[in-house]
Amino acid sequence: MKVTVLYFARLREALGRDRETLELPPEVATVGALRDWLIARGAPYAEAFTEIKRIRAAVAQTMAGDDARLADGAEVAFFPPVTGG
Amino acid sequence: MPVRIQHEDFDAGAEIASLRARDPRVGAVAVFVGVARDRNDGAEVSTLTLEHYPGMTERAIEEIVAQAKARWSLLDVLVVHRVGTLRPLDQIVLVAVTSSHRGDAFAACEFVMDYLKTEAPFWKREVTPEGSRWVDARESDEAAKRRWQRPGA
Repeated sequence: MKVTVLYFARLREALGRDRETLELPPEVATVGALRDWLIARGAPYAEAFTEIKRIRAAVAQTMAGDDARLADGAEVAFFPPVTGG
Repeated sequence: MPVRIQHEDFDAGAEIASLRARDPRVGAVAVFVGVARDRNDGAEVSTLTLEHYPGMTERAIEEIVAQAKARWSLLDVLVVHRVGTLRPLDQIVLVAVTSSHRGDAFAACEFVMDYLKTEAPFWKREVTPEGSRWVDARESDEAAKRRWQRPGA
């Protein structure tokens, strides 16, 4: 399936990109699986996802845990803990 | 529209008057204004830049407001949050709540802020004499949110 992944803040800087469209293999069907698949791609994902603590995710603009399922065409986002207010 | 994300400053007095909307059921207005300070985490701050996730930011805050309305007896809630580059003394965020009674208004106002601090997708970058750095999330903000999850909260 194809997903659009957005990156914010420190994670965006570590990856050098704010978004990308990815074609995922069929076994990558959850947020957790996507995170692991990105790390397995190596630099810069491996360092970024391990050095930045407690990276959170959203699917379809709603906070999502690692179990959250991905759908074809979904918008996924990864970001550091939020600091608004 | 109970949630606005904007670059421009807001006039809290005007927003309150608008929220009250001449509704005679309003007996209490509780308001929080978050303001940029000149120091954070041991350093002097000259500017603060807020980025956000357009689309999700509004939804996340609307969801927090919906939870507050379900939990307390409220008449209306307004949240205005600025983004972009701000300086010390600048207003950052406004949360205003109207209710018939003060208990609901005070509690809901604090709840909305505690959830906004931990769930709304904004990220702050600050400039100090040593350079630019991302602001870290605080464990105390997570603790503040958890208080609302305890029985009897």
